Amino acid sequence: MSQPTDQPSNTGRREFLAGATGVAAATVVAPGVFLQSVANAAPRDTAVSSDVRYGMLIDTSKCADGCNDCVTACDKENGLDMLVKPEGADDELWDMQRPRWIRTVKLRNNLTGHVSTLPMMCQHCEHPPCVDVCPTGASFRRADGIVMVDRHTCIGCRYCMMACPYNARSFIHEAVQFKLTATPRGKGCVESCNLCVQRRDNGGTTTACQDACKQGAIVFGDLKDPNSAVSQAMSKYPTVQIRADLKLNTGVRYTDV
Amino acid sequence: MKKIHYREWGIDSPRYWGLLAVLAAIVAVGGFATLYMEHEGHWVTGMTNQVVWGTPHVFAIFLIVAASGALNVASIGSVFGQKMYKPLARLSGLMAITLLVGGLIVLVLDLGQPTRLIVAMTTYNFKSIFAWNIYLYVGFLAIVAVYLFTMMERKANPYSHGVGVVAFVWRLALTTGTGSIFGFLVARQGYDAAIMAPMFIIMSFAYGLALYLLVLMFAFNTDERPLGDVLLRRLKNLLGVFVAAIFYFTLVYHLTNLYGTENHEFEAFILRDGGVYTWTFWLGWVLLGMLVPMGILFHPALGMQRGAIVIAALLVVIGGLSAIYVIVIGGQAFPLSMFPGYTVLESGYYDGVGGLARHYAPALPEVLLGLGGFALALLATFVAVRILQFLPASLADEVLDPHKAN
Amino acid sequence: MKGKFGLSLLMALCLGLCGGLGVVYAGEGVEGSAKADRLDACVAPTAFMRRNHFELIEHQRHITVHEGIRKTDNSLAGCIDCHVRRDAQGSPVPVNAPGEFCAACHEYAGASLDCFTCHATKPTGN
Ligand code: HEC
Ligand code: HEC
Ligand code: HEC
Repeated sequence: MSQPTDQPSNTGRREFLAGATGVAAATVVAPGVFLQSVANAAPRDTAVSSDVRYGMLIDTSKCADGCNDCVTACDKENGLDMLVKPEGADDELWDMQRPRWIRTVKLRNNLTGHVSTLPMMCQHCEHPPCVDVCPTGASFRRADGIVMVDRHTCIGCRYCMMACPYNARSFIHEAVQFKLTATPRGKGCVESCNLCVQRRDNGGTTTACQDACKQGAIVFGDLKDPNSAVSQAMSKYPTVQIRADLKLNTGVRYTDV
Repeated sequence: MKKIHYREWGIDSPRYWGLLAVLAAIVAVGGFATLYMEHEGHWVTGMTNQVVWGTPHVFAIFLIVAASGALNVASIGSVFGQKMYKPLARLSGLMAITLLVGGLIVLVLDLGQPTRLIVAMTTYNFKSIFAWNIYLYVGFLAIVAVYLFTMMERKANPYSHGVGVVAFVWRLALTTGTGSIFGFLVARQGYDAAIMAPMFIIMSFAYGLALYLLVLMFAFNTDERPLGDVLLRRLKNLLGVFVAAIFYFTLVYHLTNLYGTENHEFEAFILRDGGVYTWTFWLGWVLLGMLVPMGILFHPALGMQRGAIVIAALLVVIGGLSAIYVIVIGGQAFPLSMFPGYTVLESGYYDGVGGLARHYAPALPEVLLGLGGFALALLATFVAVRILQFLPASLADEVLDPHKAN
Repeated sequence: MKGKFGLSLLMALCLGLCGGLGVVYAGEGVEGSAKADRLDACVAPTAFMRRNHFELIEHQRHITVHEGIRKTDNSLAGCIDCHVRRDAQGSPVPVNAPGEFCAACHEYAGASLDCFTCHATKPTGN
């Protein structure tokens, strides 16, 4: 599926985009059927560039009430389900302290009474407040638009969590015993959704939450490529940014909130 | 003014060492609490992913704010040329340093990775007000240290005024910086107000002076040094004026918030429906922290009784902690308004379901860490006044102002 | 008294590290059971590796996290994958367990690392 990216740069990019479109198209055509290209894809050997901006479109009308599949898949992909409650911890308190990269939220429109469900996660802003406030620069925005934390320089001050309008970040409150090679994690640092960065850099074309969504409510891709499934979908439907008033130009957009 | 003589704090050894032992014990308990929190991780605190700054931040911010305020007494003497305040300047500079160090230590020990402090000192993000604050704090310590030197070393005396002015300007920047930490949080309704920075400055005046008064009166009383009524009257009136100014700013802050519709819910939360935050606001911040102290300080008879002044100053401190608690924790407990016009029915991450506040209850180790920082600041102060000449031998009226004394 | 806090800090660090190390210890690695044992060269000349491996890793860390570059021989995950030994039952033994590849030397050199408070110490297949 995914082409090796170590080709002469201009064609490399073409091929890569073509690949992305193909998979995303497959997502739309046949929901539930996904191409797992992670294992045999080529890892990146060049720095990510701003020719790409990763983002998502979430079709809220498709998001099923009571479904938690994206959350479960994210937990599994990123090793969040391997965390154990510390001995002696209070159940309720622990639930507020455990990390969560994605969650579902159920809303009622105060005027119309219309009820909708949607997944919330890091919105991957173009102007992320978490990056602005971080004293060490650990919270950063990668050239390809992914907002993430370099946990080697994060001092755990949590100012980014104060600044985030989306409550998207988690602090690791306890020593971590079990972890995946792909997603290291330890006490005292902040983390959040990084659009499955390990998949991005290894040639994968989907995110775990997208793969898990049987309704096909999540479309992921390159916002800068007009042919990508996510760009196509965005041009077709009216979309909104959450807290658009803050002018953060989020990379995650919603329809039909 | 007669020539002022300075002398080391001379209380007898048993009392001195007793005091140090008590403070050291509090510091030690704070240290062990920290050790425990660092070892276990933050799950043993009441902090969560929603209320991410807890009680240690309340203490740390209070101490940092009070530190810059403690310097005010010196500034009044040197920058504004009020002769009577000049003899008070050394202790003022000292407390500015010790309070700041106490506050910063609490702040650092509450980091998720305190051992990475070196990272914080070497990698900067210049867009972050937090990073600027690191400069402001370190610079403040250095400038005040130089300021103290120019006051205490006769040969350097001529520079004292100039350095004093720099220190004054710097402390204004420092408090503005501390206040701006909140001002920059556009996402949080309680903080996104321009008035935050000036309000922090005026709070610093009051909290710093209150702590200063308490230490001064304690040190003089225990050492049986004279502390004149005229001076004390001035200081307590000044405290009264500062508290009145906080009152004014508090009023303006909430009135402007009430003016804008988007802040009504936040106001209702703090002023009416916020449970513990509402109580802390009215009882702690307003009643105990402002109304009662003003009543005492401006009362013609009570205001001149030393015991009453001490109580007023203590209340200002309690009010200050309450105010910072309401701002820091109340501001986080109030749910983010992520979906204006919608009600959150369910959420997997505590997004203020039904508009309810997020949960936070301080855990004991957090409080111990905060108190440890307080004790550390006092400990350092009392050690310093014992070994160096910070305290005037006398602040009797006839020493300060022979003409006005009766 | 400031010393006390410094000390607390230090002790906290030590405790954290011991915790990190203690948790992961399993059986003892069998001599010759690591992939590296069947090869005769590391990702760079052995003498260079001995002295400079942390610079390699740290450079790698930056370009992986900030630039997304993963095609490399120098990833930490790679070091572990190749150097991890197996116990008698054939399951991998954490590289930072006492006596194992990354630990033996560091103990000897008195170098302490916090990497393994976060990083997996044996391949997880993911
Ligand atoms: C607080 C947790 C934490 C600590 C401590 C930590 N890392 Fe990491 N490290 C991470 C995370 C998270 C990643 C990103 C993983 C990814 O995206 O593949 C990472 C990635 C890396 C990578 C690139 C991925 C790879 O396998 O090559 C290297 C190299 C690395 N770290 C080296 C180190 C070294 C060396 C240390 C110790 C000095 C260290 N790390 C300590 C969390 C940590
Ligand atoms: C493909 C397998 C492989 C990988 C990947 C690998 N190594 Fe090695 N390494 C070896 C082999 C084989 C040797 C032994 C070379 C020899 O005998 O001269 C070795 C030797 C070393 C030595 C010297 C040991 C000694 O006894 O003096 C160090 C240090 C070392 N490796 C560190 C690392 C680090 C750090 C990494 C990750 C950046 C790494 N290695 C990745 C295979 C590997
Ligand atoms: C040949 C002995 C040896 C082996 C084997 C070895 N190391 Fe080291 N390592 C050292 C020494 C010595 C230092 C300390 C260098 C210094 O402080 O100047 C060090 C330092 C480090 C550091 C930097 C620590 C810091 O705090 O900056 C990292 C990271 C590291 N080693 C990783 C590894 C990993 C991972 C392995 C296993 C794959 C490994 N080392 C195996 C000798 C070794």
